[in-house]
Amino acid sequence: MAAPADPAVLQVLALRAVAHRSIRRFFEERDFVEVETPAIVPSPGLDVHLAAFEVRNPKGEPAGWLATSPEYQMKRLLSAGAERIFQLGRSYRADEHGRHHEREFTMLEWYRADSTSDDVIRDTEELVAFVANALTEKGELSPFSVPWQRLTVDEALQVHGDVALDAVIHDEERFFRVWAEEVQPRLGNERPVIVTDWPSSMASLARLKPNGMADRFEAFFRGVELCNGFGELTDAAEQRRRFERDQADRQAAGAPVYPIDERFLDDLERGMPESGGNALGVDRLLMLLLGADSIQAVMPFPEERL
Amino acid sequence: MADTSDIKKGFKMLIDGVPFAVVDHQFVKPGKGQAFVRTRIKNMMTGAVIDRTFKSGEKLEKADTEERTMQYLYPEGDARVFMDTRSYEQISLSNEQLGDNVHYLLDGTEVDIMLFEGRPIGVTPPTFVELLVTETEPGFKGDTSSNTTKPATCETDLVVNVPLFVNAGDKLKIDTRTGDYVERVKR
Repeated sequence: MAAPADPAVLQVLALRAVAHRSIRRFFEERDFVEVETPAIVPSPGLDVHLAAFEVRNPKGEPAGWLATSPEYQMKRLLSAGAERIFQLGRSYRADEHGRHHEREFTMLEWYRADSTSDDVIRDTEELVAFVANALTEKGELSPFSVPWQRLTVDEALQVHGDVALDAVIHDEERFFRVWAEEVQPRLGNERPVIVTDWPSSMASLARLKPNGMADRFEAFFRGVELCNGFGELTDAAEQRRRFERDQADRQAAGAPVYPIDERFLDDLERGMPESGGNALGVDRLLMLLLGADSIQAVMPFPEERL
Repeated sequence: MADTSDIKKGFKMLIDGVPFAVVDHQFVKPGKGQAFVRTRIKNMMTGAVIDRTFKSGEKLEKADTEERTMQYLYPEGDARVFMDTRSYEQISLSNEQLGDNVHYLLDGTEVDIMLFEGRPIGVTPPTFVELLVTETEPGFKGDTSSNTTKPATCETDLVVNVPLFVNAGDKLKIDTRTGDYVERVKR
């Protein structure tokens, strides 16, 4: 005999299916190819504040890490000649628990060759409107007008944190404290905002712009970070220098020092087209579009219900 | 020693020697940056609520607090005496410490007393108490309107706003969280 239906779970399943279908339709209409890259990778990403789950084989020997994002492998596909690719899959992060964090979450990542971060920002605005429209057919909400508001990091700090970037740029902890306490909670309260021009020390895998700032953007809506995108760094030597600096920073911070993905650097060396890419948290997008107060509310199996 | 991963609602920590209880908390990790735990915490001595942000992983000192259910016995000078019904241990709290809660104590009322390092620092009365009205202007016969109110003094000297039909000698149900009249209790 079947158990009584759980309408809350069924609703989550239905809404996620609508969102996933509309994301796939959006990219297929724009000639993107859906790709899959491995969950277990030789390097999980070197950003200092990332923690990865280590994988071991049955003998208890190290066998890699769960990917914190599919970035390296997707960029290797660009080097292999893929021009427009997207992936709707899982990423894994240790030590992240909260209303907007799960150790395992759904990440949408896409890359377009011969494109800039502006092209990817436009993709983002259109995609969110597209998914919002798809969900509206279920009678939930109204989409936002585009383009979204634009702010530089410096402007965001001055408007919401009452401090200039210059005053906090050399004290990373202070920067992130002001950002977390004062700035981010006030970003995108009416409609989403795109924050650009991150300091070069926070460039990650973004190239630098002629003004010396990182070609990196993030979108925020109702104080929640929705995505992080780059005009991609294609200079293998500069990428290696950043990886080595990240490794040194991790060592200094007492964090595990993950290896450099040499095959990624080899492919970068062989040549990757000038590209734009973005990584967007699908659970957060659903949460924001549906007016939920946590990503757990839009997941069938958050960790707490496993 | 505890750290920020122990933070949850009701977690009690010591900051500069003062016990604080977590009212609300949120893990935040901006972009590719340092993770923090933003908290709203309540000073258990004064009741004041403040915001405090901790670096994720920061060490925290757990506050040595304990909540015990005790029975109210009697007044003694400017204080009130309570007894642990299991150990028969007696403690007293000053009227000043008790604040408005002093008005919810009747013989035998069971309350939760918060102890910090063995010393009582606060009391939580039952959510609802029933008190006799000792004094109020006489009600008007047949007037059951609840749009207008009048003050009534109860047996514990609590003064509440009550509907006009309430009379001296009536028993009232009071919400101790707000100090408001809820209803007249049928005798």
